[in-house]
Amino acid sequence: MAESRGFVGRNRAANAKLPPGQYLTTDFPVLSAGPTPHVPPDEWELTIDDGTTVLRRWDWNAFRELPSETITVDIHCVTRWSKLGTAWEGVSLDTLLTGITGNASFALARSYGGYTTNLPLRDLQNKQAWIAFRYDGAELPPEHGGPARLLVPHLYLWKSAKWIRGITLRNHDEPGFWERYGYHNYGDPWREQRYSGD
Amino acid sequence: MAGAAVLGRLNWRIARVIALRDETATARTITFEVAGWPGHVAGQRVDLRVTAADGYSAVREYSIASAPHEDTRIELSIERLPNGEVSPYLTQDLAIGDVVELRGPIGGWFVWRAEQAEPVQLVAGGSGIVPLMAMIRSRIAKRSAAPFRLLYSIRSPDAVWYRDELRELSTKGIGVTFVYTRTSPPDQPRPPGRIDTELVAEASWPPSSTPTCYVCGPTSFVERAAGMLIALGHSPDRVRTERFGPTGDPRGR
Repeated sequence: MAESRGFVGRNRAANAKLPPGQYLTTDFPVLSAGPTPHVPPDEWELTIDDGTTVLRRWDWNAFRELPSETITVDIHCVTRWSKLGTAWEGVSLDTLLTGITGNASFALARSYGGYTTNLPLRDLQNKQAWIAFRYDGAELPPEHGGPARLLVPHLYLWKSAKWIRGITLRNHDEPGFWERYGYHNYGDPWREQRYSGD
Repeated sequence: MAGAAVLGRLNWRIARVIALRDETATARTITFEVAGWPGHVAGQRVDLRVTAADGYSAVREYSIASAPHEDTRIELSIERLPNGEVSPYLTQDLAIGDVVELRGPIGGWFVWRAEQAEPVQLVAGGSGIVPLMAMIRSRIAKRSAAPFRLLYSIRSPDAVWYRDELRELSTKGIGVTFVYTRTSPPDQPRPPGRIDTELVAEASWPPSSTPTCYVCGPTSFVERAAGMLIALGHSPDRVRTERFGPTGDPRGR
């Protein structure tokens, strides 16, 4: 590393909860590539498909009747802010995926507004991922992905697709929106996988 | 997804300060000479790393202000944030000859390429002008005929970045509308205030000309401006956004 003359810095205190290169924020910044979609719950639906066939479909009422849980997790954005102890309510992907994963190894999350992101299917399983619909005790606001968003807190937050409308199960991997623009295919904050090649 | 490209590994490069220019009382443009800079597209960003004598380092992301050049110079324009760790150093302490490290370019969505011939509507709030300025400069440098218009919302006349350059744009066929939110100059007929739909309609290309719209600024500004463009009839997939900060205050940068 090259020294920048006169730079002192002041955030040396290590925080074991912060992945490398992240700083703490108490705000909740918003980052999205396009306008915020406003999806009324009576037009909302969530589907899981295998690329050709819809395997499961829920409208808002059916989705909200599924068992949900409260989740308190740290979240990490690739733009370097982290927020600790965020409180959500959502439906576990384990519940949504029961009995339908077949031979799939990968998933592509699809959102209202056209956003996509890809993940290994195993990262959506075993109590690691939820479709969240409440944040901090209130309905999830549209700018943070409401009515419902994917929440996969062990990966950088771009993997937690806002405004989720569906998940496609695949047996091959295919990059999503940011992954095609040079962001890391997997995005583990603890290994600082920000960009392709990191 | 035209223009998508998977990048190779992004390496840190030494960037030496070769020029400094104040934009406002709190913002400064820094020109760097970056050995081996691979080039960029207007709208892209860089990671900037500063390292202290004891090895402690901090990284922040900044938009590139300069047009893509054939050479290895790039410009960043940086606003000093009162509680920032890095921006006060960059805007107050950094001197010509000093070095930082950069890696990039980053981002391939919020970009304008010279091959784009369609009308372009730029909407900037505050320091959100930076990537849009790179697009304007790129259009001029490439002698593109793409029709450009800029709507630029700022607090007051002394908060305008790139003032002289923006003033000359009308002679280059680029329409600029300034909106002052707190203090207007004396010759401004509109009283200070936030953008409204009527003003956006007046200062932007009609939806029938299917412009690509680029909206950049604080989150609240972007939500508002993008919402107005859509209310006016622009298709959401023609409105690209780049937001910073939760409420217009990118604390911590």
